[in-house]
Amino acid sequence: MLRLEKRPSPSQAWNYATPVLAVALTMVAGGLLFLALGKNPFEAIRLIFWDPLFSEQFGAYSRPQLLIKAGPLILIAVGLSIGFRAGIWNIGAEGQYIIGAMCAAAVALAFYPTESFLVFPLMIAAGAFGGWAWAMIPAILKTRFNTNEILVSLLLVYVAEKLLAAAATGFMRNPQGAGFPGSRNINAYGSASNMELIANTGLHWGGVAAFIAVIFAYVLLQRHILGFHVRLAGQAPRAAKFAGVAPARLVVMCLGLSGAFAGMAGMFEVSGPARLISIDFNAGYGFTAIIVAFLGRLHPVGILLAGFLLALTYIGGELAQFMLGIPGAAIQVFQGMLLFFLLALDILSNYRVRLALPAQKGEAR
Amino acid sequence: MDLSAINPVVLIASLMVAATPILLAGMGELVVEKSGVLNLGVEGMMIVGAVSGFAVAATTGNPYLGMLASIAAGAALAAIFALLTQVLMANQVASGLALTLFGLGFSALVGQSYVGIVPPRTEKLTFGPLTDLPVLGRILFNQDILVYASIALVAAVWYWLRATRSGRVLRAVGENHDSAHALGYKVRRVRVLAILFGGACAGLGGGYLSLIRVPQWTEGMTAGAGWIALALVVFASWRPWRLLGGAYLFGGIMVLQFNLQAAGLRIPVEYLAMSPYLITILVLVVMSSNRARSSLSAPGSLGRSFHAAG
Amino acid sequence: MSHPLLSIQGLTKRYPGVVANSEVTFDIGEGEVHALLGENGAGKSTLVKAIYGLIRPNEGRMLWRGQPYAPGAPAQARATGVAMVFQHFSLFDAMDVAENVALGMDNPPPIRELAARIIEVSNTYGLPLDPGRMVGDLSAGERQRVEIIRCLLQNPQLLIMDEPTSVLTPQEVEILFRTLRQLRSEGKSILYISHKLEEIRALCENATVLRHGKVVGRADPRQESARSLAEMMVGQTLHVPSRRREAPGRPLLQVENLSLAPQTAFGTALKGVTLTVRAGEILGIGGVAGNGQDELLSALSGELRAAPSAIRMDGTPVGGYGPTARRAMGLLCAPEERLGHAAAPDMSLIENALLTGAWREKLVRNGFVNWTKARDFAEKVILRFDVRTPGSHVAARALSGGNLQKFVIGREILQRPSVLVVNQPTWGVDASAAAAIRQALLDLAQAGAALVVISQDLDELLEVADNFAALNGGRLSAPRPVPGLTMDQIGLMLGGAEGDSDVAA
Repeated sequence: MLRLEKRPSPSQAWNYATPVLAVALTMVAGGLLFLALGKNPFEAIRLIFWDPLFSEQFGAYSRPQLLIKAGPLILIAVGLSIGFRAGIWNIGAEGQYIIGAMCAAAVALAFYPTESFLVFPLMIAAGAFGGWAWAMIPAILKTRFNTNEILVSLLLVYVAEKLLAAAATGFMRNPQGAGFPGSRNINAYGSASNMELIANTGLHWGGVAAFIAVIFAYVLLQRHILGFHVRLAGQAPRAAKFAGVAPARLVVMCLGLSGAFAGMAGMFEVSGPARLISIDFNAGYGFTAIIVAFLGRLHPVGILLAGFLLALTYIGGELAQFMLGIPGAAIQVFQGMLLFFLLALDILSNYRVRLALPAQKGEAR
Repeated sequence: MDLSAINPVVLIASLMVAATPILLAGMGELVVEKSGVLNLGVEGMMIVGAVSGFAVAATTGNPYLGMLASIAAGAALAAIFALLTQVLMANQVASGLALTLFGLGFSALVGQSYVGIVPPRTEKLTFGPLTDLPVLGRILFNQDILVYASIALVAAVWYWLRATRSGRVLRAVGENHDSAHALGYKVRRVRVLAILFGGACAGLGGGYLSLIRVPQWTEGMTAGAGWIALALVVFASWRPWRLLGGAYLFGGIMVLQFNLQAAGLRIPVEYLAMSPYLITILVLVVMSSNRARSSLSAPGSLGRSFHAAG
Repeated sequence: MSHPLLSIQGLTKRYPGVVANSEVTFDIGEGEVHALLGENGAGKSTLVKAIYGLIRPNEGRMLWRGQPYAPGAPAQARATGVAMVFQHFSLFDAMDVAENVALGMDNPPPIRELAARIIEVSNTYGLPLDPGRMVGDLSAGERQRVEIIRCLLQNPQLLIMDEPTSVLTPQEVEILFRTLRQLRSEGKSILYISHKLEEIRALCENATVLRHGKVVGRADPRQESARSLAEMMVGQTLHVPSRRREAPGRPLLQVENLSLAPQTAFGTALKGVTLTVRAGEILGIGGVAGNGQDELLSALSGELRAAPSAIRMDGTPVGGYGPTARRAMGLLCAPEERLGHAAAPDMSLIENALLTGAWREKLVRNGFVNWTKARDFAEKVILRFDVRTPGSHVAARALSGGNLQKFVIGREILQRPSVLVVNQPTWGVDASAAAAIRQALLDLAQAGAALVVISQDLDELLEVADNFAALNGGRLSAPRPVPGLTMDQIGLMLGGAEGDSDVAA
């Protein structure tokens, strides 16, 4: 029988090794999945993890996509990770992302077609505000009425999706769109456009924001007393209260911050790659970011790496869909399995797994 | 708009159908939470149950085999959760989310070849002359078997938790796992069984959606029903009969909302479609605002993982 | 000759890094009250768990009336005739008494029948109990009754009691002893675990003394003095804390009519607590567990807010302030629960030093943490309070209870408090660490600080305190000077019969 012994201190080595191991195991399990779908597993894995970066045929298109996809994932995940560390579970980033995008789009559409350098910063502020405000709903309900923030933030995703649909088909619809759902093309509106900053890299302002967020979170968590309080509240809530941390203030801060980051991610997306508000504007970044946050071990630098990896699975997944006819949903399964393995392997950092032999009793002396 | 198009008898009969998926899933989660475990993967287990049941029913032509498949699929996914949280001591919140994310992807993958197919019909039961009774016949004596089964499940769980020894042990494990362990109860075993039961119920709830309620398979068709079921458990203060009431209340809201859409209410469809989620949030707020009461009815060890020393 | 009821032979239990029991051997006779004596951490609980089937020993064997006895689970132990009353109760707050009793039985009768039996048995043994009451609403003494009745209903041959009196008032202890003597007269055996020597001398006819997991002595406690038993138990002559008593100075901490609603469904409300502590004075607050100790500490630390003027520091109202502001004014606290309240288990000692030392030790500037200074402070605590640890980077949960407690108390004392409030400062701590902690508290008082020591250990309070008050049901009795206080008076104070200066609302 295997037995578990709690380690006196969590193992640092396993802390770094488990995400790598989880990715490796997911590749194996994913390979088996592709085999079950009747595809060549080695080819599929290569298409997903190698070709987007290094293939001559696809690299030129795929490489810039990496930053485009990783940007919002990292930005959202960094925000979420701060809350997760404090034991505050915002799982409604998808909704905050949508509302952020809608607020930013509203600003752009209100100014259209005025050209001014003020429009873009104003949109960023509006995006952040939208996401923040949407996250304040669970935050205030939690602090005022002790309502579970997990359920509220998640349910608000559905509400946000319905609002998005109402916007795309109703109040934000392009008046010159011949009745088709969807807003004006914001990306094509000069002052509001989130352009690629360096040609063929995929870097736009969202990517810049993601990097800044990583550095911000790193400094906050490692150097600042607020970051210490966040970690303390997550590990030992009573000790945190004893140290003088006000739980309500922490809930408002963590949910607000993650909401604002998600809202900004939505803003950069709607003014950049997505180009406009449409019914299917949201692509699940808010949920995938949860996986990114865990894969990065809730550490800003880890999230940076994990964001690129998950972005790779998106791009590689599209490639595999195009080349091998592997369904897009398979990638979602793949991402889900990654989270399973990650959670399963976590035990290695906190517990020592031992083989307990029944024979031990007799031979002891 | 024409409110006279809404027939109250049909409304009540169909709200029972609309409520059954969340009632089944909520009942399973109630038992899981009574054992002290919070499984946030209800949505994932439901949708995997929905697609598995649909696939089997469509292939075999037998809706009842489909329901069995739903049960098995929900329990299988729950087994992963049990492995993660009870054996590998993983965080329950994260594991539940993982279940949902995986379930949504997996169901989309399996379900793509079943889009657009009509499943075999599940006949409604008839009770001879009783079914022909005015008003009551339509509501009480002309439903499909799972509507009756779900009500029977409520009664069974209520009785089991209240009056049987094993039900008492389950409550004890959820109330204080350290005490239960000290008395020699197998905390982990009780919880694993509860989790599997919860998965089976959620799976069946999903199967009911795709086989009877809708009935067809579309990607992401549970649309938050699993989360509403989770909220229902809080709403019901972990009491079976209140869960039944809550489920029918929500069923009513959903059906009414559809009916209002059909009757041509001058509100965009999207806002009406929001109402179940908004009302769920409202109900959560009302139920949780009384701190003392909510902490009294919630199982004492809910969400905490248990590792026996020694 | 007939066999003893239970014979324990060469029992050894190892955990990674520690040997909890090493070749423990002793017998319990029929109808005998046998004491198992030892300090915290001597291995008593491990031994008892082995007898009750909760853990399996690595070596050795047990004989029950001459037959091999190796219970694999508590149910097996109960079937043999072993019953156990736990130190930390194995009860379920949100269930009623009858259900709690049923859960401890292997073949419980239907609840209605059981309720009748509970009333019958509880009256027979002088421990009245209402089967329909919710356990969460019972006092600590009543909760223990539930445990005992649960055991007695199974008609056990051997009753194990793990530190049963730690939650009882002296009067309740008397009732318990009467019950135990009655059981003995019926021919039942009792294994009585305690570190309280007077009780053992009053009750037991045989004692086995454990130290560091080994049997170090056997005695007939009626023939021994408390002192000789203590020396067997501790293995060295104890350092008795000392200080000069001086006239106390001006009042530093004043609490007036402090009332707080209960925080949880089964929490205790504070009702009109009033006290004054002067510079150089130690106020000892006694009381049975669960009578408002945690709540009082939280109210004083600032974790729970009160009316501003309910708490005054050196005359300034601080009741509305949070922990940080109170710390800044010199009001420091050390709560009872070391892991999770006073310290974060998975954080390093450096981070735990920052936990309360951030502002007073100026470890934070403009919101940014100076980790070098934090480490220096942690190491200062470790050095000055002789905390045994491989270093300041170690997680708090890796330390032994005594060492972590020294760290927690040291962390507060080194911040030069003008008022220090401690709850259970030596709970679960070995004797030498306990002596060191008490000495440090006395030294602090001598240096002019005002101290509130909340403890369930009456001996400790009588040793360090100048004045004594008792908490009962969230009310605090009027303090009395310790010199001249008798055990009887203390018992009445603990029971709430005396010092009710405030009339019930």
